[in-house]
Amino acid sequence: MEDKVLLVKDFRKVYGDFVAVDGVSFEVQRGEIFGLLGPNGAGKTSTLECLEGLRQPDGGTLDILGVNPAREPHRLRNLIGVQLQSSGLPATMTAREAMRFFCAYHGVAPRDDLLERLGLQGKQDAQYQGLSTGQQRRLSLALAVAHKPPVIILDEPTAGLDVGSRAELHTLMQELRGEGLTIILATHDMAEAEKMTDRVAILLKGKIVATGSPTELTATGAGFTKVSVRTERAVLMDNHTAFPAVSQRIIREEYVIYWSTDPGPTVAAILAHLSAQDDKLIDLRVERPSLEERFLELTTG
Amino acid sequence: MTAFMHHFAYEFKTGLRNPSLLMINYLFPLGFFAMMGFVMTAINPLFQASMVPAMVIFAIVAATVLGMPGPLVEAREAGIFRSYKINGVPALSILAIPGLTTGFHALITAAIITLTSPLFFGGHAPVNVGAFVGITLLTAFTCAALGMLISVISANSRATILWSQLVFLPSMLIGGLMMPLDVLPEAVRPFSALLPTSHAMQLFTGWAYNEPTVFNLPVSALTLALSGILAFALSIYLFNWDTHNQIRRGHPLMALLALAPYVVSMFLK
Repeated sequence: MEDKVLLVKDFRKVYGDFVAVDGVSFEVQRGEIFGLLGPNGAGKTSTLECLEGLRQPDGGTLDILGVNPAREPHRLRNLIGVQLQSSGLPATMTAREAMRFFCAYHGVAPRDDLLERLGLQGKQDAQYQGLSTGQQRRLSLALAVAHKPPVIILDEPTAGLDVGSRAELHTLMQELRGEGLTIILATHDMAEAEKMTDRVAILLKGKIVATGSPTELTATGAGFTKVSVRTERAVLMDNHTAFPAVSQRIIREEYVIYWSTDPGPTVAAILAHLSAQDDKLIDLRVERPSLEERFLELTTG
Repeated sequence: MTAFMHHFAYEFKTGLRNPSLLMINYLFPLGFFAMMGFVMTAINPLFQASMVPAMVIFAIVAATVLGMPGPLVEAREAGIFRSYKINGVPALSILAIPGLTTGFHALITAAIITLTSPLFFGGHAPVNVGAFVGITLLTAFTCAALGMLISVISANSRATILWSQLVFLPSMLIGGLMMPLDVLPEAVRPFSALLPTSHAMQLFTGWAYNEPTVFNLPVSALTLALSGILAFALSIYLFNWDTHNQIRRGHPLMALLALAPYVVSMFLK
């Protein structure tokens, strides 16, 4: 049975003559991590800002658990937690003060336990400006979930973070999903979207150009599979034999990479050729296109 | 503790933590007070009679008109108000609580000036303490509301400095703080009625020190109160949550309505 948490239907946002979002529709189910992807200016931020109640939509329906964000901001604020891309906190506010401040406005007891859980123990009395970027992001996340909203909206949560901090934040997001939260994730990071999301919508020039799980999206692309081969004597490097179903061949470092529409016969033919040439296989990789490749295919044509 | 108390406590601490605010709330007015105490009273002993109210008004204007708007505009530019809106912090609290805490800091400075001026510089203590306190509170309210309005209509931090100086500099020159209004040139004197400091100084002179004045005091009191209420109401009405989203209920030029009581007072002196 469907358990719809968020509905966007025929949503439209216009700034003067510029149509930022043009008839966008999607749904998000309870417990999902839903990715909103798109290049700059695609309409992601406008969509998020209308969902957060920061802007008024110019058409269509927005619904979060039965609440219209534009008309019922007082009901909305306890349903969503938002981690904004920009700081969102005064420079001199300490982590503990921020927790008390926001929890007081939500009418809930402060959640100091969250500060510890998110690795901010010992930093409770540090001012926001004194925290590292990773700590600032974790504090923002703690504040976004402190009032236990069923939906959280994360806008580029890992932008500017180092690898360790990024991995930590991903673990936290998975934990939050495990607790039943629904997460809307806007990101430019395709690897992050591929790893973290259940479904994504790709926005381009104000319209959704693709929607589905990352696996579905990559499967519905041009249909090429990447076959990368590295051998001991590198006989494939100078070999231009037309293997079956191969449309393109490139050489990258010690690998010869074939783009195949039917990888089975391609691999079989390559192995047969290597055997005939008395070469020894060191590495063979058969990979579907990544979400990033599919994204680029969609956004650059 | 309520949301209001948490917010108030944070904003009050910010007035001490933020080096710029600490400077404008305390170090600048108290330093100027000390300089005026040592220099001005030596040059012009008559200044001792008006030193306390003049320095009290100076402290209030510095904190509210010069100090308060900047951080509010910077917070809006940094997207902090967006975060506040999402979390249910009302516009009224965003503006009124910094106004209250700034007023509170200004009152602490005013108390230091009032208590130490007679001791160190021969400044005259007020004759009517009740009236002195009342006028101080009224001035703080009016100037805080004016500071709020400046923060709301300023498009950016640079514009804030311009608007603040547009109030502060004339207040210093023709607002009755450095020299009495009756010694101003005839051509300039009517324009002094456009400044809150002139009315505040006249109220202190007449009601707190029982000295003769050139303004009609009930009119001055009404002017300060009405302009404060108007500025406060306009601040809430014209408030904008974020820099990128320019849709607001009225045009910033509506802020000029807060000057209406001063214009009217020019003809009722």
